[in-house]
Amino acid sequence: MAVVKSIRPSGTVSGRFTGNTRLIIGVLLIAALLVAPYVAYPGFLMKALCFALFACAFNLMLGFVGLLSFGHAAFFGTAAYASGYAAKVWGLTPELAILFGGLVGGAMGLVIGAIAIRRQGIYFAMITLAISQMVFFFAIQAGSITGGEDGLQGVPRGNLFGLISLEDSLTMYYFVLAVFLLGFGLIWRIVNSPYGAVLKAIRENEPRAISLGYRVDRFKVLAFTLSAALTGVAGGTKAIAVQLASLTDVQWQMSGEVILMTLLGGVGTLVGPAVGGALVVGLENYLATSGLPVTMVIGVVFVVCVLVFRRGIVGEINVFLGRRR
Amino acid sequence: MFKKSLLAGVALSAMLSGAALAEGLSGDKVVIGVLTDLSGVYADVAGKGSIVAVEMAVADYGGKVLGKPIEVITADHQNKADIAVNIAREWIDTKGADALVDLVTSSVGLGVQGVGGEKGVVTINSGAATVRLTQKECTATSFHWIYDTYSLAHVTTPSVVADGGDSWFIITADYAFGHSLEADAKTVLGELGAKVVGSVRHPFPSADLSSFLLQAQSSGAKVVALANAGQDTINSVKQAAEFGIVAGGQKLVALLAFLSDIHSIGLELGQGLLVTTGFYWDLDDETRGFSKKFFDKFGKMPTMVQAADYSATLHYLKAIEAAGTDDGKVVAAKMKELPVKDAVIHEGKIAANGRVVHDMYLMEVKKPSESTGEWDLYKLVKTVPGAQAFQDPAKSGCALAQ
Repeated sequence: MAVVKSIRPSGTVSGRFTGNTRLIIGVLLIAALLVAPYVAYPGFLMKALCFALFACAFNLMLGFVGLLSFGHAAFFGTAAYASGYAAKVWGLTPELAILFGGLVGGAMGLVIGAIAIRRQGIYFAMITLAISQMVFFFAIQAGSITGGEDGLQGVPRGNLFGLISLEDSLTMYYFVLAVFLLGFGLIWRIVNSPYGAVLKAIRENEPRAISLGYRVDRFKVLAFTLSAALTGVAGGTKAIAVQLASLTDVQWQMSGEVILMTLLGGVGTLVGPAVGGALVVGLENYLATSGLPVTMVIGVVFVVCVLVFRRGIVGEINVFLGRRR
Repeated sequence: MFKKSLLAGVALSAMLSGAALAEGLSGDKVVIGVLTDLSGVYADVAGKGSIVAVEMAVADYGGKVLGKPIEVITADHQNKADIAVNIAREWIDTKGADALVDLVTSSVGLGVQGVGGEKGVVTINSGAATVRLTQKECTATSFHWIYDTYSLAHVTTPSVVADGGDSWFIITADYAFGHSLEADAKTVLGELGAKVVGSVRHPFPSADLSSFLLQAQSSGAKVVALANAGQDTINSVKQAAEFGIVAGGQKLVALLAFLSDIHSIGLELGQGLLVTTGFYWDLDDETRGFSKKFFDKFGKMPTMVQAADYSATLHYLKAIEAAGTDDGKVVAAKMKELPVKDAVIHEGKIAANGRVVHDMYLMEVKKPSESTGEWDLYKLVKTVPGAQAFQDPAKSGCALAQ
């Protein structure tokens, strides 16, 4: 349980803002996302959004149920392969391919979740890691679907609803943005629903939630499934946007990376993981051309963040604003 | 605001595409992007050395082509295909990259080659082994320089069989690269009437290969072949020496080993190992001249991948000069027309599928007593002509070579 305690978030779940302020901030953020492709390179932004959604979905488990999954790469990668394969081989339209990725992720989440939630803390992390390693080795071997270490290449972006071509990267960006906002909205809805309240109750005090009559295991499995399905949507969208799925997506380092994103941004805050996701993808992308050793720099950033801002970037901002009021 | 920037964007893209159609050089310069692995497992095989090689080629060419400057930009793709593809797209769209070179790692190679094909930008792969680059996935602007899995199997295997090695045991890394090497080697062995006594697959990556090596040793095969790469090969060779496989009279063949691998294994453990390579620094005066210069800059002798980057960049620049433009498709056609001739590849030509066909070399790792220096690692066993080493382009399945 030590793991869970140390990552318990600081602020209230829905942030420090209420009513109108929250609406204004939301509108401003969406407006910023709408004009972003005119400032930064759309290809990079698309990837950042996919990983932001991935981190938000992951945070549903870590931040709101308090369970650290170390195997989310399995859902992300499998869904990326599934969507890519569906779009390339079956010729599905991109929205259907992504939906299929989400379903595959969700189905896997249901099965893996049902096994893993029987344990907590480090055991939960280890079970998810072990199962995701099995998925990884399957991906290496199933070369006819995944292409092995060559990756699943040349995934077509296709036509949205069979009508709108996504070849243009601006159009593709707005499509990815729509997917992200839908996914994020869903997470927001989940967290702020009675169901979300039960999840937080489980996180804070599981025995008490049980004694109140909640069937805790079912809540956890459902949360795990939802998290996996949304992770799948993120993976599928990535496969369509970047036009490939590779072993990187399903490797255990990816599971670590999403934990890093979530911690950097702020566990248990809604926007935090998205910020963290965009930050890590940004670092990977822009450091790549800088001549600096990328992995080392990201490691240093992580260590500094853990030492200086325990609550993550957004978590610290929340606390700062709360104190001023 | 939104509408205005949209309009500006449309106008800008119209201007850019207009400029691209014009004769001469786009952006008034030639931009060569080196996409390589600077921090991961291929950093020794390619990495910084690849950048040095490309910069050397640009300097040796005179730093200018058609009177305009040549710019080299670099990035670390961290062995992640999606990072590589994103950087490639960004370079092409915003930095006006005209050619992308190195591209080590097969997933990166195939991904970036796809982007290059779509955007009409030259992609030159010298790092990845997969033969798929010149098969179905070939594009009008894609090239594969110094080696591939097909050539690895087709250089070593016939030579060793001709030398009396008619029974084989193959140790394969259990992933697509290993499988494809093993399959190619078995085909060749079948054609030559040599016997495959057995084969075994080890998980990738493996630190302990002893059980596989012991199987190979007790099989009684005359030749033990390693269809793996990188650290797996290094581990296999070191452990094979501990079990005395070479000392016991069996031949050990590494289907893929780079100079940097052998350098780290050392002659004591590596002696007698047979390897295939497309380039070795100590072949003749020309290769020695280039390699010494490279060594002075970098402190290591070039691997075949790094040497290939030099050769490829020079050839690319020559083709621009001859074509009078840096338009990807035109230059690519010119590259296929011109013979490849430089310090690395003395006599090569490029097939329609982008495969550079040149001599390959079968090398034997020297005994410590034969070596005169740190980098004096190989002795030449046999030169295999390109037509025999590489796949017949007509049979590659590349639409351009039909």
